[in-house]
Amino acid sequence: MDPVREVEGRAYPFGLKNVDTDIIIPAHWLKTISREGLGEGAFEALRKDENNVFDRPEFAGAPIIVAGDNFGCGSSREHAAWALLDMGVKAVIAPSFSDIFSGNAFKNGILTVALPQAAIDRLMEVAETDPISIDLENQTVTTPFQDRFTFEIDPFRKHCLMEGLDEVGLTLERDSAIAGYEARQTGEMPWYAKGTALSA
Amino acid sequence: MASRPRTLYEKIWDGHLVERREDGTCLIYIDRHLVHEVTSPQAFEALRISGRKVRRPELTLAVPDHNLPTTARLDEKGHRIPIADPQSAQQLAALESNAPEFGIRYFGATDIHQGIVHVVGPELGFSLPGATIVCGDSHTSCHGGIGALAFGIGTSEVEHVLASQTLLLTQSKTMEVRVEGELSPGVTPKDLILHIIGTIGTAGGTGHVIEYRGKVFEEMSIEGRLTVCNMSIEGGARAGLIAPDEKTFAYLKGREYAPKGEDWDRAVAYWKTLKTDEGASFDKSVVIDASTVEPTVTWGTSPEDTVSIGGKVPAPESFADPSKQKAAQASLDYMGLQPGQNMSDIEVQNVFIGSCTNSRIEDLRAAAAVLKGRSKAPGVKWAIVVPGSGLVKQQAEEEGLDKVFIEAGLEWREPGCSACLGMNPDKVPPEERCASTSNRNFVGRQGPGARTHLVSPAMAAAAAVTGKLTDVRDLS
Repeated sequence: MDPVREVEGRAYPFGLKNVDTDIIIPAHWLKTISREGLGEGAFEALRKDENNVFDRPEFAGAPIIVAGDNFGCGSSREHAAWALLDMGVKAVIAPSFSDIFSGNAFKNGILTVALPQAAIDRLMEVAETDPISIDLENQTVTTPFQDRFTFEIDPFRKHCLMEGLDEVGLTLERDSAIAGYEARQTGEMPWYAKGTALSA
Repeated sequence: MASRPRTLYEKIWDGHLVERREDGTCLIYIDRHLVHEVTSPQAFEALRISGRKVRRPELTLAVPDHNLPTTARLDEKGHRIPIADPQSAQQLAALESNAPEFGIRYFGATDIHQGIVHVVGPELGFSLPGATIVCGDSHTSCHGGIGALAFGIGTSEVEHVLASQTLLLTQSKTMEVRVEGELSPGVTPKDLILHIIGTIGTAGGTGHVIEYRGKVFEEMSIEGRLTVCNMSIEGGARAGLIAPDEKTFAYLKGREYAPKGEDWDRAVAYWKTLKTDEGASFDKSVVIDASTVEPTVTWGTSPEDTVSIGGKVPAPESFADPSKQKAAQASLDYMGLQPGQNMSDIEVQNVFIGSCTNSRIEDLRAAAAVLKGRSKAPGVKWAIVVPGSGLVKQQAEEEGLDKVFIEAGLEWREPGCSACLGMNPDKVPPEERCASTSNRNFVGRQGPGARTHLVSPAMAAAAAVTGKLTDVRDLS
């Protein structure tokens, strides 16, 4: 994964609350066996409205979405994160995110920045005309008008994003700890260790 | 040393801690992993590219469900009927080849054990109390009904679990949903969970694991508990739990992958310790009075948009929050409803009985009890019953439920996710309504423009009979 340190550029002033992953990418797009090409299906239903924000020319290729509360609720489909990436989105700013979506976004190098509603209201306004800047190292969101909002992020996630670390590779380095757990479990609770190896 | 009182969630979490990192992130061991065709191909591909193996293939079970058409799978000569949609066929073929390549047990389209992942796991005893269970599907919360810590994951996490049998997680907060008193006759677990989501909202449980507590859940069947926990994610909680008890043990005993002999006795002794300690505290607590729960339906496009069947479509201005007012207006426009309409006057053209929420044998019995000796209303164009698995289908046929459905004018299908989500041929046409026992009424969920009303199996059956949303208690 490529390191992520800063995201800067135009932001879609989307603002909608409770954006579920069916809105981000409808189910009929999930039949792919690849991670590519899903941008075409992103926000498909909303894009049928010709005034939709995602097709306004001034936002073409914008790397940021400003959204409402509970962004990414619903299904666990990582296709939602892949669809955003494929349309060029590298960060979403919202008052809150669903737990599964924020994990999926993180694993694909998309920043999920949680800010209070008042900050979102301000960013919605700025986004109409000007770019927004996110600095991961300093954990700030700034605008050309001296707005400056700070955000919290899990330190582990921050480290992985900034270094572009492969989480699976990191975990596999902990093989001895995992093997130790498995040996204990097989001794103390063998019924969990058998799985489909057990058959009536 | 006396230990601090802990919640059920904390006990399962602590029991699966491989190691805690300095930053507080925990490496958590995963006991059971269910895999289906939609969220796994990119994970297997990533393993192949990096030359990684599946660490514990016996702890993963693979079964197709989302894409698989629910029409006949074999022709008259017993040959597999090819899948018409080339993309679906490719995705299903990928699972069929990935599973054996990585040594994973696979139940294919024509296997009696095939079904919806969340029906298959518990019914085979693969899902066990106290286990950590994951699947690339958000309704994995379902397995909390047998006392497992179960939650949905994305495809990168599917890859992580396949490779390491662990996940890197931060501990969730705890939330208690305590239901006091008793449910009225004719009120089902589905009505209760819809009511709970209507109360807490779709973000009410975000960041939390819910534990459902109270006599109602102790008296509820295991299948009812699976229905309740299944929809925890609709309340924002990644997992929902109900403490395992004698009913859980009786349900699991003798199932294919459940422990046997001495293992069984030891497991039960351990499972009996899996309850929240007296004095343990929750970060958040919600109390619901069971006697206020009526048969419940949804009017909008969010699972929190619930109302009792005797109620009316709400006016957007009745909500305090301006953004909810806006969302409610958009929902009403999409749903083609007017404020003040009686819910029981809303006509439906489609009925879907199925999904990981409501496709188990008790659900089918409840629907059949309403449909027995009755017929589908002429205005209902399409009504299907989709059993959750091959084993459920077999059991229903032994009980003659299939005949009840067919005689009432409903279609009896093969197991799968079907019309719960618009990614297989079972779809609701645009601007038509469906009384659906599934879990999501999102815009376009059952097909572009489709209008979903979430209901219980008995209420779906009642809607099939009258052609409109109906209080099943009025059908005597």
